[in-house]
Amino acid sequence: MIKAILVFNNHGKPRLSKFYQYFAEDMQQQIIKETFQLVSKRDDNVCNFLEGGSLIGGSDYKLIYRHYATLYFVFCVDSSESELGILDLIQVFVETLDKCFENVCELDLIFHVDKVHYILNELVMGGMVLETNMTEILTRIEDQNKLEKQEAGIAAAPARAVSAVKNMNIPQQIKDIKLPDLPQAIKDLKF
Amino acid sequence: MALKKVKGNIERMFDKNLTDLVRGIRNNKENEAKYISECMEGIKQELRQDNLSVKSNAIAKLTYLQMLGYDVSWAGFNIIEVMSSSKFTLKRIGYLAASQSFHCDSELLMLTTNMIRKELNSQNQYESGLALTSLSCYISTDLARDLSNDILTLLSSTKPYIRKKAVLMMYKVFLKYPEALRPAFPRLKEKLEDPDPGVQSAAVNVVCELARKNPKNYLSLAPVFFKLMTTSTNNWMLIKIIKLFGALTPLEPRLGKKLIEPLTNLIHSTSAMSLLYECINTVIAVLISISSGMPNHAASIQLCVQKLRILIEDSDQNLKYLGLLAMSKILKTHPKSVQAHKDLILQCMEDKDESIRLRALDLLYGMVSKKNLMEIVKKLMVHMDKAEGTVYRDELLSKIILICSQNNYQFITNFEWYITVLVELAQMEFGSKQGHVIGAQLMDVCIRVQAIRSFAVTEMAQVLEIYTSTTQFTIMQEVLYAAAWLCGEFVSELKKPEQTLEAMLKYKFVPQHIESVFLQNILKIFAHIVRTYEIDNRYDDIIRVCESLTDKLNDSVKSGELEVQERASTSLIVIGIVQEEITARKSSSSNNIMETDSSMESKPINEQSYLISDELLSLFSGELNPVAPKAQKKVPIPDGLDLDAWINEPIEESDTDSEPEMTENLFVKSERRSIVYQEPTEEEMKKSREVRKYEQQNNPHYLKGVGNGAAEEAVENIPVTELNLNVPLKVLRQKRSDKYLNVNADKKSSKKKKSKKKKHKSESSSDGMFDKEPAIEVRRDMELPEGATLSDSDSDHAAKDDPHRALDIDLHLPIYDYTQKPDNEVKEPKAKKEKEKKHTRKKVEKENLTEQTEKLKRKNRENETENKEKSSKKKSEKLKGKKPKQPKESNLLELDEEIGGVKKEKKEKSKDKKEKVKVKSKKSSSDYEEAVGISTPSKEFQ
Repeated sequence: MIKAILVFNNHGKPRLSKFYQYFAEDMQQQIIKETFQLVSKRDDNVCNFLEGGSLIGGSDYKLIYRHYATLYFVFCVDSSESELGILDLIQVFVETLDKCFENVCELDLIFHVDKVHYILNELVMGGMVLETNMTEILTRIEDQNKLEKQEAGIAAAPARAVSAVKNMNIPQQIKDIKLPDLPQAIKDLKF
Repeated sequence: MALKKVKGNIERMFDKNLTDLVRGIRNNKENEAKYISECMEGIKQELRQDNLSVKSNAIAKLTYLQMLGYDVSWAGFNIIEVMSSSKFTLKRIGYLAASQSFHCDSELLMLTTNMIRKELNSQNQYESGLALTSLSCYISTDLARDLSNDILTLLSSTKPYIRKKAVLMMYKVFLKYPEALRPAFPRLKEKLEDPDPGVQSAAVNVVCELARKNPKNYLSLAPVFFKLMTTSTNNWMLIKIIKLFGALTPLEPRLGKKLIEPLTNLIHSTSAMSLLYECINTVIAVLISISSGMPNHAASIQLCVQKLRILIEDSDQNLKYLGLLAMSKILKTHPKSVQAHKDLILQCMEDKDESIRLRALDLLYGMVSKKNLMEIVKKLMVHMDKAEGTVYRDELLSKIILICSQNNYQFITNFEWYITVLVELAQMEFGSKQGHVIGAQLMDVCIRVQAIRSFAVTEMAQVLEIYTSTTQFTIMQEVLYAAAWLCGEFVSELKKPEQTLEAMLKYKFVPQHIESVFLQNILKIFAHIVRTYEIDNRYDDIIRVCESLTDKLNDSVKSGELEVQERASTSLIVIGIVQEEITARKSSSSNNIMETDSSMESKPINEQSYLISDELLSLFSGELNPVAPKAQKKVPIPDGLDLDAWINEPIEESDTDSEPEMTENLFVKSERRSIVYQEPTEEEMKKSREVRKYEQQNNPHYLKGVGNGAAEEAVENIPVTELNLNVPLKVLRQKRSDKYLNVNADKKSSKKKKSKKKKHKSESSSDGMFDKEPAIEVRRDMELPEGATLSDSDSDHAAKDDPHRALDIDLHLPIYDYTQKPDNEVKEPKAKKEKEKKHTRKKVEKENLTEQTEKLKRKNRENETENKEKSSKKKSEKLKGKKPKQPKESNLLELDEEIGGVKKEKKEKSKDKKEKVKVKSKKSSSDYEEAVGISTPSKEFQ
């Protein structure tokens, strides 16, 4: 069984958290924090298995993780899972993300955490591995996206337009417009 | 109305969506909390609107905030609203939020039952899939009970996507509602042979999870799994199956024998490392379960070890790690084959990866022998010096102690060396708990090994002397505890008790429990010294010692710690009495001397009716023996002792006159406390200290200014006299243990050492280092209360709240029931399930020959009474004769048939088995009864 799946970046900011056993929110944050501390201090050339997370699991549980660029993908699993198998599963997960987002990067996970959840749900269900075949996973995701699109139809057009405008990020652009340094300009004015 | 809707839509466009929220949070890094609380307000606003899309937008944002650690349980009802939307897009958001924030105890779940049921039965496979996925995260007992039938129906859905999810979902249902397991099991079994590989894999997954906790109930599935294993190419599923076999083999050694061959083939053929690794693991499990009687047994072990060596030598750290992990499993049963790879394991000890070093450490345990123990420990000590981080150091320390102390110090040939190592270890830096470990080990060695006491005590005395006379010397304080205790307990071994006493009196600030041990043992040494002096009539010396002790103890009496105070005052009284008595005797003896001639010098002692030191020593007489673990638990409670009853009615505490009460308690408890001493925790100590300080301040009867500080000062003011050490200080800084290694290197050059050894072990007089069995006696016996035996029977079992306990159901019992009419007690719904069972049972039957069923039925009728007994949970009762064995045996025959297909051998085998069964039936165990499988009775095959 998989007890939890966590994705966080190099600074420990959570990008995805999925717990298959109930923990209260503050406990979840503690677990993420602890896991990050455990994982982040390890070099990239050491093994990907870790024992001894005290908050989650116990002796039967292991942390299995992979580090991709800025993100850590951590699975907390018990002894019924094969260590190397889970490593492969992480790989499948990341590759699927890569296919769905076209060259996935941390930003995709930040802004589309819901989609990441939907993808993950096609791989793992209730802590058990549901599917490992990537083509099958991708078809299912595609199908569901189609369903959403159909529903949206024309009705969603205005909303899409607005979101397109929003995505232009006008406030930021306004911020980014460089004005001459006013106080300095005033100082420069010589009477 | 339409207008309103349009208006709503337009407003909605300008609502913040999830992307805006995320962006906003990123833009407000400085005051994130404030920004989010603003957003929360906005979300609450949105949730108050009627429009479901507005709500779903709000819920999507909440899901994100939940990930950041915000509690969103207040929005549970809104989440359910969104879940109930007819649009897939919105529904998805709702179900996601539910799976992230609901848990099985929330009362809101009651509201979802019908909605989820509707969803499960939806025409759209993605809708029901969505519901299943979400439900798997928060299913409660109620939901499991109410929905189990719906989910069961989905098992036969036409869409593999749904079947797959439903199969996995069933496991969650079983966990919450174990009653569902029995009726659902036949269906689940069918799914093992589902045409869709995904469904098959899911079913394997579920059965593996079930069987992991209660393997014996799933033995009968072995043939099915075996078939899958030999035919499937899905590595993921193969891994699961092989893992499952690993769990089953310990219960059925014959299964193991069948497995060896195909597994070996897989090991040779597969290119997937994950599969290879699991195969090796299961082969190891098989080999452990059938430790003997296999012709190519050694070959299999050899193969495993070889493959593991390849893994360990691989550059991939993951494989290295797993290789070591599997090696440690082999180590338990076949240490010899692992020992051959000692070089490799020692090499791994040098690895830069800490996890790998830790695994290698585990293996070292099995690598040691009398010959190489010193060498290995020496290596570990070098690591200890280099190691950074206390975790690894602590692990090293505990491993050193473990390998040295294993099997009652089986591998130690030179205990002097071991004591020296421990003392060296004590001077290193560790985590807080390690001092205790070393201290305990020192005490344990000395108690068990009589021959080493004199050396150890000398060593400890030296430690104490150096510790109290210099300031640079660092040592773990817990070790001082052991040192003080050993010096006191084995005071007769002390060479210069006066000197040690002097040293102990000068102890600096130590934690309370250590100080109390010091006080107690000062008294023991004192008793010993008084004894020697008294025999020689050196009364003046006794009085001198008494005075110096009284000085020190007077300081300790003022200690803030109750325990210290108490022991000090007890000691003071004892010393006072001795001093009084001695003074009296001194005067009388001096009179005697005056009166009598000098030739009568020795007479006074004889004249005295008794020696005062005899009295004193009797306080500490009696040998301490090792006590067996759990011995305390096994002391029977005497009749008529009610531990819960009050001895005295509790007195209501009053704040005003606490002082006298406290002192009263002190004296009442003192005797008992000094025997059973419990180490106070840091907190307790702090608390008691504070309480006491407070009391001292407020109590007008207390002399202020003679408090703690003054006492400490007084300690420091004691003049430090230089000690004449026969061993220079710097020696302790060196690796003294190394000299024992050198001794090993060339024995001839160690005459000096030998003579020293002889001195210590005068009785044993063994001069060989490890060639001969050392004559040092290690006490292995342990004290237990009368009548109690050392067993693990009362060990704590797995956690009681483990849901798998409820799933320990014998799945094959109902199969017999089908010929019986449902009992009167069986209620209606059960009868319904019974029907289902019948149905599925028939399918199973088709696989068997029809004529067999006739006989089976007849047999079942015969067995009916017995079965009833079984179902009434008298499984453990031994059934006479072969009959109950037969189903089991035949089950294995079935296995034989499917696997081997060698018909000639079969008969012979079954004969063999018959014989085996005969033998076994005599000592039949309850396990076998429970493991009765489905079955075609063996008569059919004969």
